[in-house]
This record gives sequence, C-alpha cells and structure tokens, in this order.
Amino acid sequence: MTQQDAFPGMVKLLTADGQELATGWVDRVAGSLKGRISRNELDRELTELYTALVEALRDGVADAHADGMSEVRALLTELSRNRARQGFSPTETAISVFALKHVLEPVLQDGSDQDIRAYLRLGRLLDDLGLFTIETYSRTREEIISSQADQLLELSTPVIKLWDGVIAVPLVGTLDSARTQVVMEKLLQALVDTGSEQAIIDITGVPAVDTQVAQHLLKTIVAARLMGAECTVSGIRPQIAQTIVALGIEFGDIVTKASLADALRLALKKSGVEITRGGGVGR
Amino acid sequence: MSERVPVLRIGDVLLVSIQVDLDDQTVLNLQEDLAQQIVDQGARGVVIDITAVEIVDSFVGRMLATIAAISRMLDAETVVVGMRPAVAITLVELGLSLGGVRTALNLEKGLALLRRSGRSERT
Repeated sequence: MTQQDAFPGMVKLLTADGQELATGWVDRVAGSLKGRISRNELDRELTELYTALVEALRDGVADAHADGMSEVRALLTELSRNRARQGFSPTETAISVFALKHVLEPVLQDGSDQDIRAYLRLGRLLDDLGLFTIETYSRTREEIISSQADQLLELSTPVIKLWDGVIAVPLVGTLDSARTQVVMEKLLQALVDTGSEQAIIDITGVPAVDTQVAQHLLKTIVAARLMGAECTVSGIRPQIAQTIVALGIEFGDIVTKASLADALRLALKKSGVEITRGGGVGR
Repeated sequence: MSERVPVLRIGDVLLVSIQVDLDDQTVLNLQEDLAQQIVDQGARGVVIDITAVEIVDSFVGRMLATIAAISRMLDAETVVVGMRPAVAITLVELGLSLGGVRTALNLEKGLALLRRSGRSERT
C-alpha cells in the first residue's frame, strides 16, 4: 500500500457518515467544555474546521505543516486564540482536535485493513494539529501576560498635578530598576510639560525600602534637580525610617516628610503660595 | 576654524544658547569668549540654554561645571536651563550631579532665579 492510497481512505473515513460524524464531534467537545461556549458557536467553528480538513485531504495534503493545510491552521489558530483569551485550559483547547479521533473509533469496528491504515495516518495528522493548537494557545497566553505586565507598568505610575507648579508621584508596590526608570522618565517629562518646580515622591505604598530602592530614589531626585526642580520625599512610615537609618542610607540634603500633606505645605511655601485658614463655619 | 557659540546680552545677564554639536575647540572658544564678555560687560549672571542639546557625555557635563566655576570667579552666577529629561537621566547615570551649578526648567524661570538671587545679594 502506497501513501497515495491512504488519502482516499482518509477522506472516505471522514465523509462516510458525513453529518453524523460532525455532530458526534461537536457533542463530544461540547461535553468537555461544560456549556461554557454556546452550541451554535462550537458547531460553526468545528464545521468550518471539518470542511477545511476534508478539503485539504481531497487535495492530497496530509502534512500538518504543508501549504495545503494553511486554511486548517488558520482556523485552529483562531480557535486556540479565542480559547486562551476566554480562559480555557490547554486540555479543553486541544480536545477540539483530539475528540475527532474518538468519534472516528466506532467507524473502525467493521472496517477493513485499509480503513485502519487510513485511521492511523489520520491519527498522526490530528496529533500534529493538536500540538499546533497547544503551541498557539501557549503563545497567545504569553502575549496576554506580557501585554498585561506593560499595562500594569503604565497604570502603576501616575503623575498628579497637585497645584500650579507642584506635581506628585504616589508610588505603590515594590520598586525595581524597570519601574524606577519609568517613574523617572514620567516625572521628568511631567516637570517639563507642566513647568513645575516642585515635585513630591510619595512612598506610602512602597512596602519596603532597601539600599537599591533608595539608590533609585536618589537618582530620580538628582535628575530632577539637574532640570531645575526640587524634590521632596514623603510618606515615610516609622518602620521605613528605622530601616533607612539601620541600613546607613544617606539622603543628604534631600527633604523628607512624614506625610504628603506636610510635603505639599512645604512645596507651596517654597513656590510662594500662602495658605490661611478662612473664617469658615466651623469656627 | 570651528564654530563659535554666540554670547548674547540681556540687561546684566549673558545668554549662551547651545544649538550645535560641541567639540573641544568650540568649548574652549566659548569659555574664552564668555570670560572676556563677563569682564567687559560687567555681567552678574550667565544663563546657559541647553534646550537643543539631545545627547550629552561626560565632556559636556564637565564643560558646564567648568563654565560655572569660571563665572563664579568673576562674580557672575551661572544657571543651566532647559535640560531635557533624557539628558538629566544620562548625567545621573554618568555620576555627574553638577554640584555648584544652579538649574531651572526654562529660560524664563532661569532669568527669574537670577533676578531673585541678585536682589537678595544687594539688600
């Protein structure tokens, strides 16, 4: 038996029961996904896949990576991407392909030698397609993770304008080199954009300060100074103050304040704004 | 012959706006011109505008410190204005903090700074 003979066998195997086979396939996949994808959508996805697969086999292509399978691969890519985005597990994604093997098994019971050979060959093809699905799935997951990390970096460093000429950066979470770089760039750019001469870095949300974090902070402050702005560090909690002293970190002539309110008052004073208590209702 | 950076006079302040790439000779010429002008014009302040400078190295950093030191010898205060964020980051990474050089965000603020400090000196 040559390879060429296998193709009609495979096509025959797939198309013999036609609609019934496709329905069985959809049933099996739907069962494993426990109704988290609508039956109609699944039906559409798998029917397209089925049609493309039969089409490719009719053209005599049985290699998962050949050009003739591009249609099948495109459909699988879309399927795996959707599954990854919707939070399905790898098994639940790959089952869409592997279920076809299960569905084909009963057909073999009274099948000829040729049928069995065709089944084995088809099985190998489906294995390859299944692996392809998993690969696309994990690639999509990685893309999602890296884009989320980027978004987190963007979100975690807002620069707030507190007053004319006073801006603040509330830092939340652990500071590492990458984040400090982003904070530094954003803060300095904001100084230029708003023409502010006072900047407050609030570290209330920073869980721990070590020598490295302090180093990063100092760099940011010196850079701001070079541009002609003054920086105040605020939100230093009692434990953090103790740690800083215990570590022997020198803040030099950098002004530090316990609370953001104190820092703002100082910044306003330095920029020549006077605050007075008005004769409000409370008095 | 390398380019010369023009030194402009506004009141009793000299303005140097650096718009070209600086090589060694240009910097030496600038130091010479500036020192001469401070004495000739009796200037009390020098503003160095580096808004147009996009790339710095340790050489440029040292130049700024040297000019500031020369001006101070001649009783004129130096303010560096318009430093870009990327330039500031580079200088910090190079370990140059430009001690003794005053800085301001832009030309307007730099001039205001000189006016303020001039007034406090006189009173």
